[in-house]
Amino acid sequence: MDFPLTDPFFWETVIQGLLFGGVLALLSLGLNIIFGVIDVVWICYAELIMLGMYTIYFLYSDYGVPLPLAMLAGILVVALLGAALHYFIIRPILHTEPINQLLVTGGVLFFLQGFATLAFSVEFRNLGVSFGSIEAGDMYIPTTRLLAFIVSLVAVVGLWLFLKRTYLGTAIRAISQDRDVMPLMGVSPGKIYLVTSALGGGLAGLGACLLVLLYDIHPAIGLTFGPITFMVCVMGGLGNMIGGFIAAFIFAEFIALGGFYAEIEWGYVIAFAFFIVMMFIRPQGILGSKS
Amino acid sequence: MLELKNVSAGYGTFQALFDVSLEVRAGEAVAVIGPNGAGKTSLLRVISKVIDLNGGEIAMEGVSLNDVPAHKIIEMGIAHVPEHRRLFPRLTVEENLKMGGFIASARSHFDERLAYVYELFPRMKERRHQLAGTMSGGEQQMCAIGRGLMSGPKLLLLDEPSAGLAPVIVQQVFDLVRRIREEGYTVLIVEQNIQQVLKVVDRAYLLEVGQIKMSGSSRELLENDDVRRAYIGL
Amino acid sequence: MNIPMIIKAVGFLAVLSIPALGFSDYVLHIAISALLWGFIYTGWSVMGRFGLVSLGHGAFMGIGAYMVTMLWNHAGITPWIGIPVAVVVSMAVGFMIGFPCFRFRITGHYFALVTLALSEVVRLLIVALRDYTGGSLGVTPDSVISADTPNSFIAMQFSDKVTWFYIVVAVWVVGLLVWRAVDRSMIRYAMEAVSQEEDAAASLGVHVTRTKLIVTMISAGMTAVGGAIYGQYQLYINPETTSGIAISLQIVFAAIAGGMFVQLGPTVGAVITLLLTEGLRQTVGHDVHGLDVMIYGAMLVLFIIYMPRGVLGRVIEVFENRTGGTSGPTTQPRPQPGE
Ligand SMILES: Nc1ncnc2c1ncn2[C@@H]1O[C@H](COP(=O)(O)OP(=O)(O)OP(=O)(O)O)[C@@H](O)[C@H]1O
Ligand SMILES: [Mg+2]
Repeated sequence: MDFPLTDPFFWETVIQGLLFGGVLALLSLGLNIIFGVIDVVWICYAELIMLGMYTIYFLYSDYGVPLPLAMLAGILVVALLGAALHYFIIRPILHTEPINQLLVTGGVLFFLQGFATLAFSVEFRNLGVSFGSIEAGDMYIPTTRLLAFIVSLVAVVGLWLFLKRTYLGTAIRAISQDRDVMPLMGVSPGKIYLVTSALGGGLAGLGACLLVLLYDIHPAIGLTFGPITFMVCVMGGLGNMIGGFIAAFIFAEFIALGGFYAEIEWGYVIAFAFFIVMMFIRPQGILGSKS
Repeated sequence: MLELKNVSAGYGTFQALFDVSLEVRAGEAVAVIGPNGAGKTSLLRVISKVIDLNGGEIAMEGVSLNDVPAHKIIEMGIAHVPEHRRLFPRLTVEENLKMGGFIASARSHFDERLAYVYELFPRMKERRHQLAGTMSGGEQQMCAIGRGLMSGPKLLLLDEPSAGLAPVIVQQVFDLVRRIREEGYTVLIVEQNIQQVLKVVDRAYLLEVGQIKMSGSSRELLENDDVRRAYIGL
Repeated sequence: MNIPMIIKAVGFLAVLSIPALGFSDYVLHIAISALLWGFIYTGWSVMGRFGLVSLGHGAFMGIGAYMVTMLWNHAGITPWIGIPVAVVVSMAVGFMIGFPCFRFRITGHYFALVTLALSEVVRLLIVALRDYTGGSLGVTPDSVISADTPNSFIAMQFSDKVTWFYIVVAVWVVGLLVWRAVDRSMIRYAMEAVSQEEDAAASLGVHVTRTKLIVTMISAGMTAVGGAIYGQYQLYINPETTSGIAISLQIVFAAIAGGMFVQLGPTVGAVITLLLTEGLRQTVGHDVHGLDVMIYGAMLVLFIIYMPRGVLGRVIEVFENRTGGTSGPTTQPRPQPGE
């Protein structure tokens, strides 16, 4: 094997991994905020992203809606779905065993996947939008990936500012620390949960905007992105957004470099195995403190 | 200002309060005293509607609270500083205060009230960026009271502010309560430290097993032989 | 002999006589599938009912199916040896994942997600080892049967559905017995735990970990057997249908739908889901791909919200309320997840 540090393909792979890490970081944001605040894992999170992708695809390809508008609509649709998911499905069983909430969203996963198969068929669809690539030295970086990466960073910073600066954001952080005292602050927990769910959905929708540029859309796409997103969140410490952010890049590099040295599946195998081992070493997440 | 008539409340099938009637007039400081498990916390909780009212009437300045949901109570001018302080441990002091002023009508007064709370508790100003959970018990109590003041309430409900604090700090807390009175707030305070609390309030109610057993001016209660024997240990 | 025993005996005889009733191969196929999946779901519920909600049983099923087929295809080792090997490997994997989880008290969501990762690892491994496993295209156990020799005992390949039916019935019954045995010993264990003195609490912690591990390994082994038989019966396996998140979720949900707290619940779950899929295929045809999955998903949501003990669990509950009967050992209160 060549000495990798002089190999331009190696560096291209590292950078691809970095860019993919940005996308993963964005995908993990919504799930993380839902978990951190409501203590629920949406197993169907990636299926919400899938519906967002379809929304954008059809609005753009079939109805000729300009892409930015279609994307905005996609975000809104998924945000509404997130709120509906919480209101109609999670809320009635919020007081029961936590695992029930995870399982119920598993039912939703099947429902949405079945719905997409029924409504849109198993056909692979592609938006067919490309922004070309940027040449840097010997390396080619696809513009869409770079764009996705930048949007992820902006979203992370935006979310952080929202949580840190606004009343609503502060309440969202507060409710995860003490739910029962919230009414004494004049805050209705139910409303915050609903808003958080819409926010989580909106972030999933934003994820859809990026994925729709990068990948084909099909009803089972959730199964390819779902597990990795959960792993990222858990490894970062469920609910810990910064941890999730770092974990996203670790995972992405594993996958990219695995693909560089062997096949892409090996990258995933190593990443997941690494995840399992990490769970035993640091079950609280890479940044979490023991509690 | 606040009036309770024949209030009953409880948790599920367990009844914690039986036919409680009580009144707090504007500008007054009133204490509710009683042994552990008497229902003092439950009384404040039912006023805040955190637990359901099973019977009777609660009114604030003549407006019935019976149908007001818990998260609207603070808008009626009632701030509740709960038992064990219940700060948000991983928010900073200032963020905790911000949560106290969450309601729409309080937001425009945030800066001025923050300044007011910092003036009242200079210690909080020093600690403004510290996580609330890392402060000492006394500091946390200041923060909790400060948080209660941020909504600009007319009536402050205090649940055992001196609990779990060292004697010196307990003294400071009661000084604090006195100052808050002087600032013109109406106060309903629940306490186990009866001797101390009776020195800062005008009147008090004695609650036992969910029922009001006695009421009167602080002096009357302090001089009552039963109260002295049972609660002050003389 | 009491009434439930009689019902069970009659029911069992009825099951045994299915092939004699002259049904078509199709009906027999449905019956075999129902019992085989019923067995796998029962295997899952052996641990699931104690709050160990694993989303990783696809891993064990995949190990079972692929181990056996790989040993046969590449080394000529008969499934009769391959299956025990797969069971041992599966149990070892169950141990490797279970031990740290129980030791470090990884429970609830975390346990579910760790096991989910495991099932993805196995699926991706199968895909990545495509030179041996055929990758995502799947693989067929090398066939030794033909028109002349329709059955091969050594290869565990039978062209005759009736043979398969009885094999699967046997496996399924063993599964139910294992379920019952675990149920019984857990009750004894729970009573012991209650009567423990407080100073024995430390040793109790060890005991809890060990019990959870045993249950997990039994469950993993059963699922591996199910996966192996699935491969032998279908004579075709692929990573998606034997491992990964989709199959793992399918296992969990069917067990929940039927009712994981009663012995026959998982089997009922298998019957319900199969009837749903087949019923829709028969009535509305092939062109509505996805409808079954969609209805299935909706049912699960409704089950978890309104009928968390599953169909059979609910039926028994209603029946017992009506007759005022006392709960048998199989319908004790739902244990809390985790500890
Ligand atoms: N969440 C709850 N669920 C059920 N019962 C409760 C709950 N909270 C309090 N109780 C019961 O209600 C009764 C009154 O409790 P409460 O907390 O009001 O007493 P208290 O006077 O504040 O006691 P302390 O001085 O110890 O704080 C007690 O018997 C208690 O066990
Ligand atoms: Mg109390």
